[in-house]
Amino acid sequence: MKLIIAIIQPSKFAEVRDELYKSEVNLITVSEVLGHGRQKGFSEVYRGVKEMGNLLKKIRLEIAVNENFVEPTIKAIIKGAKTGETGDGKIFVLDLKECIRIRTEERGGVAIG
Amino acid sequence: MVNSGDTAFVLISAALVMLMTPALAFFYGGIVRRKNVLGILMQCMAILCLVSIQWALFGYSLSFAPGNPILGSLKWFGLNGVGFEPYADYAGTIPHQAFMIFQAMFAIITPALIIGAFAERMKFLGFIIFMLLWSTLVYDPVAHWVWGVGGWLRNLGVLDFAGGAVVHINAGIAALVTALLIGKRKGLDNKAAPPHNIPFVVLGAGLLWFGWFGFNSGSALAANGLAVNAFVVTNTAAAAAGLSWAMLEWLLNGKPTIFGTATGAIAGLAAITPAAGFVSVAPAMIIGLFASIFCYIAVAVIKPKLGYDDSLDAFGVHGISGALGIIATGLFASKTVNQAGSNGLFFGNPHQLFVQAVAALATIVYSAIVTFIIYKLVDATVGMRVSEKEEMVGLDLSQHHEGAYTMLE
Repeated sequence: MKLIIAIIQPSKFAEVRDELYKSEVNLITVSEVLGHGRQKGFSEVYRGVKEMGNLLKKIRLEIAVNENFVEPTIKAIIKGAKTGETGDGKIFVLDLKECIRIRTEERGGVAIG
Repeated sequence: MVNSGDTAFVLISAALVMLMTPALAFFYGGIVRRKNVLGILMQCMAILCLVSIQWALFGYSLSFAPGNPILGSLKWFGLNGVGFEPYADYAGTIPHQAFMIFQAMFAIITPALIIGAFAERMKFLGFIIFMLLWSTLVYDPVAHWVWGVGGWLRNLGVLDFAGGAVVHINAGIAALVTALLIGKRKGLDNKAAPPHNIPFVVLGAGLLWFGWFGFNSGSALAANGLAVNAFVVTNTAAAAAGLSWAMLEWLLNGKPTIFGTATGAIAGLAAITPAAGFVSVAPAMIIGLFASIFCYIAVAVIKPKLGYDDSLDAFGVHGISGALGIIATGLFASKTVNQAGSNGLFFGNPHQLFVQAVAALATIVYSAIVTFIIYKLVDATVGMRVSEKEEMVGLDLSQHHEGAYTMLE
């Protein structure tokens, strides 16, 4: 089992979700996050004072998958999110020790899907 | 003779109508995505500032100064000669300047209505130039036709109490033309973008309803029975339209929504605008009922089929209900409500319906053609649409270097 975490552009979220559905990956958790990569954004100015820091809004996806779904998931995210420009985001793949479905108390691979 | 009661009423009405532009900003601002809300607020605020100046310099003069049937003149440039004595051709009991500032607020909100059509994708510089030209070349002449001394539609006997043709058809058609010319927003594939703040929509709709009392009953230009009639039918039509939109949703989609009810109320307010000084309460209910039915069909059935992206339904709500109101005035107008008006078809005067149709058609044709030319002109010089990247990031950051909401302090 793996936990896939992806940081993507908010504007690419709809495409990524469509690609994931096509790959039959239906269970995702989404959150809005702020991040700082290599990408330069628009600076903000409030009543003439320039805002420093300039964090950019990103979307963070968390997807727990069984081994046979790892590559399709990665491919789907890339297909949906890639533009070739800086700021497209990153995908992290982590080993997942355990997964428990609360309703049934099932554990492991059956609990993921 | 200046009457203090009338003057106080018209000044307060002008202030009420002024509030409608910021109210519209919240109505529209709530519907767009979070990244574009400041863009909408800024466009509305910019029009409030820009047209206030345009109006005082030459807009009022072009609309209302004595001229020819098509356009006023520059006789009142810089409000020269527009003083504190009444100008009896427009309003005999209030200072001329009170009439001028009341009309200024109409000149401001009309271009602001168009914003809904091209929301989330127009370049700010192009927007400013477009709006200045539109106010001068479209709004001012059409206002003169209908309301100005010697205007050809006024001479023809058209009934447009508070701006069904001048404001709502005019802005609605300009909205349709700009939506077609600027093209669809990127990345939505004809799916609706979920409104980012529906409470803002309701706040805006509530304040618009409130301001509309100034818009319609203030158009009586005196604190009299006619103003009361306009007030009562305005409230009645808005209520009927809000209810009927909710009922339509309940029947067709299973649940009534607050977004729909608020939209319906606005449709009813726009539809009763030309009729407010000429019809009684029962026709107001009918007008409100049909405003929601027509607008619902326009925004929920016709728009998706034709595929144009009138983002916030400026045409679908204001254009459609403005046209409905102008035609309905030709049906339901009655001299028992307003001795200075005319009877409509249902009161034995089919000619009035013909005059109303001429006014609607003339406004549609003129607004469509001149809006098209202005858009093309500005597009060819400074450009009208933001780049794809700017659209993706949103107008707030790309056009104004501001963000509406923080995620971290």
